[in-house]
Amino acid sequence: MLQALEGSQAIAQAVALCRPQVIAAYPITPQTHIVENISKLVADGKLQCEFISVESEFSAASVVLGAALAGSRTYTATASQGILLMAEVLFNIAGMRVPIVMTCANRAVSSPLSIWNDQQDSMAVRDAGWIQLYCADNQEAVDTTIQAYRIAERTELPVMVCMDGFTLTHTLEGIDIPTQKQADTFLPPYEFSRTLNPRDPLSLGTLVTPDYYTEARHSHHQALLNAQAEIVSADQDWFAISGRKCGGLLSVEGPEQAKTAILTIGSVLGTLREALEEFPPGQPVKLIKLRSFRPFPAETLKAACKELDDVIVLERALSPGSGGIIGLEVLAALSELPKPPRVHNFAAGLGGRDIPLEILPTLLSTLNEPSDKRFKIIDVELEKLPEEDR
Amino acid sequence: MTTETAIPISKLRKKQPRFRGLESGHRACLGCGEALAARLVTESAGPDVMVANATGCLEIFTTPWPESAWRIPWVHSLFENAGAVAAGMEAALKAQGKSTKVLAFGGDGGTFDIGFQALSGMLERGHNVLYVCFDNEAYMNTGIQRSSSTPHAAMTTTSPPGKERMGKRHLKKDIVSIVAAHHIPYAATASIAYPSDIRKKVRRAMAIEGPTFLQIHCPCPLGWGHEGDHSITVARLAVQTGLYPIIELERGGLANVMPLRNIRPMTEYLKMQQRFRHLFTDDLRAKEELEHLQAIADHNIEIYGLRSDGGKDAFDSEGMDTVRRGGMRWA
Repeated sequence: MLQALEGSQAIAQAVALCRPQVIAAYPITPQTHIVENISKLVADGKLQCEFISVESEFSAASVVLGAALAGSRTYTATASQGILLMAEVLFNIAGMRVPIVMTCANRAVSSPLSIWNDQQDSMAVRDAGWIQLYCADNQEAVDTTIQAYRIAERTELPVMVCMDGFTLTHTLEGIDIPTQKQADTFLPPYEFSRTLNPRDPLSLGTLVTPDYYTEARHSHHQALLNAQAEIVSADQDWFAISGRKCGGLLSVEGPEQAKTAILTIGSVLGTLREALEEFPPGQPVKLIKLRSFRPFPAETLKAACKELDDVIVLERALSPGSGGIIGLEVLAALSELPKPPRVHNFAAGLGGRDIPLEILPTLLSTLNEPSDKRFKIIDVELEKLPEEDR
Repeated sequence: MTTETAIPISKLRKKQPRFRGLESGHRACLGCGEALAARLVTESAGPDVMVANATGCLEIFTTPWPESAWRIPWVHSLFENAGAVAAGMEAALKAQGKSTKVLAFGGDGGTFDIGFQALSGMLERGHNVLYVCFDNEAYMNTGIQRSSSTPHAAMTTTSPPGKERMGKRHLKKDIVSIVAAHHIPYAATASIAYPSDIRKKVRRAMAIEGPTFLQIHCPCPLGWGHEGDHSITVARLAVQTGLYPIIELERGGLANVMPLRNIRPMTEYLKMQQRFRHLFTDDLRAKEELEHLQAIADHNIEIYGLRSDGGKDAFDSEGMDTVRRGGMRWA
C-alpha cells in the first residue's frame, strides 16, 4: 500500500523492519530526520533496540562496530563531515570484515560550508572497503536498505546506502513500506561468524606484519568483487517477495538502438527521465543508472556500453586536480572494449545547486563540440569568478 | 610422615589453578608494568568478560598475528575509540540479555588524550563497562613521546631538556577527578606495586552495574629509564612519596585513600629514573623544578589526606601486600 512519506521517515521504518538490536547515531543535517524518526519509533515501543545517542560520528561508527562484534545487527546513519570524522573507523570496520549497514544522506563537504546535496562525502571514502549502493528515489532507498542487510551479512562486508540529502531525505513520495513478514522472510535472524564469546575466545583486530598484510588486502578486494553476485541476487530475491527491483549493479533504460547514453548515480536520474520527455532529443538516448559504485561493476558496464558511441557521465562530486571520479573509472573500464565509446565527463549540482531539466540539451550539445577537456563542471558560472580563477 | 602425594608448598602454589586472561609468552619488555597490570586485572575480572583494547603497547605485544596471548574475547579497533567500542559491545550484550562484563583497556595516551572524548561519552551514557587505564605516563609504543599524563619536568623524546627547557613544561592531567566528575559509581587509582589492592578494586568494579574506572600506575623501564627488575620498587616509591596518590571516588566524592605510613623523600623516586636525571645537575632551574615536584607531592598528601596517623594499618602503604615483600597479613 502506498503511503505519502518523507524519505527519512520511510528509511526509519525500513530500518525498523530489519530488526536491528543496536543503533548508534549522531545528528547531522540532512541525516537528522532519519535518526529522529528512529528515536520516535523506539520511544513509542515500535522498535525494540538499544538506541545510543553518541557524542560524535566517530563514536557512532565505533559503537556499531563493537555491537556487531558482540553479535548484534546494527544500524547507523550520517553525512558529509560526519562521514569524514568516521573515516578511520570505516576503514577499520571494512578491514575487519564486519557486516554493518549505514545510510549516507549525501551532502557536500566543507569548506566552503554547505549543508546541501552533492556526493563528495561518500566519494571521499570510496576506498574504505565498503560496498556503496546509490539510490535514485525513496522507494529504492527503502528496498536497498533491506537488501543491504542481506548483502552485508552474506558477504561480511559493510554496506553504505547512499541517498541524496534533501532531494530524497526531505522529500515526500508515495512509498510502499514492505510488511514485517516480507522483511522477515527476506532477512532471517543473523549470527556473525566471529561473534565475541567468552566460551570460545577470539582475538580480533590484531597486528599484522608484512608477511600477511598483502594477503588480507587481497582477500578484502576479492570479497568486494565477489559481492557483485550477492548484490544482484539480493535484488532478484527481493523482487520475488516485493515485486520491486532496484537495478542490481546497474540498470539501463531507453531505446535499444541508442548510440548515446548518459550515466548517473543517485536521484538525478529522475531529472533526466523528465527532461527526456520535456526536451525530446534529436537522437535516441539511453540512461544508465549506476547503483553499485563499490564494487565497481566493470564487466556489467562494458556489456551495457559495447554498442555505444558516446557515454556522458554526469556526477555530483570531483577529485580536485584530477577531474571526475566516476568518469575516470568508466573511462578505464570501457577502454578495455574493442571499440570503446567516447566518454564525456561532467560534474553538476555541487553543494545543492539545482540541476534543471535544461541540463539534458546542454549535455547533448557537448557531443558535437570539439573539446580538449575530458572533464568540466558543466554548471559553473564563470562570470562570478575573478579572471585568474576561470 | 611423607607420602607419595606430599607436595612441597612452593610446588603446591604453582599447581593451584588460577584463571589467567593474559598468558605468558607475549612480547612485552622485561619488567613491563603494563603487562603485569593487565594480567592482574584479567585474573580478577575472571573469564566471563570481553575486552575492547585501544591501540598501544598492550595491543601490540599481545597479538602479533597469528598469535595471541589472550584467553578472553578481545578486540582491538583503533587508538581513540576503546570507550565507544566497549559501549557498543555492552549495548549488544544488553540487547541479547547476556551478563558478560565488558572491559575497556587503554594506555594514558588512549585515555587522557586521543580517546578522551569516547571515554567521556561512555561514562556519561552510563554503560556497564569497567575502563582500565594503564598509565605509564607517555606514548611508549611510538617511542616515548609526552602525553598529558607525563609528569611535570619529565624527559620524553618530545619534551627533552635543553637550553630552553627542563623537560615537560605542563602538569600531569588529573584524569581520575575528571572521570569522577561524570558522577560515575566508582573511580579509583592503583599501582602495580600493590597487587592485592588492584584485585580488590577490580572485584569491586566488576560488581557494580554501571561505568567504573581504574587507573593503574605502570612503570615502563624503557621509557622511564630504570632497570627492569626495579619496576615494583619504582612504582611503590611513586605512591610512598605522594606523587601517585592511591584513592577511590564514589559518585564523584572521595571515598577512600591508601594512607602513607612512611612518607619517602621525593628524590628517592626521581633518582631511580633517567627521565628525571636533568633535575640532578647544577642547573639552577633543576632545583626549581624539584621544588615544583615536591609541591605537587605535598599538595596530593594534603588534599587527599594521605598522611597516616602512624599506626599500623594492613591497608596502608607499608601494610598492603606488595611483590617480594608480602604485607602485614603474610608476615
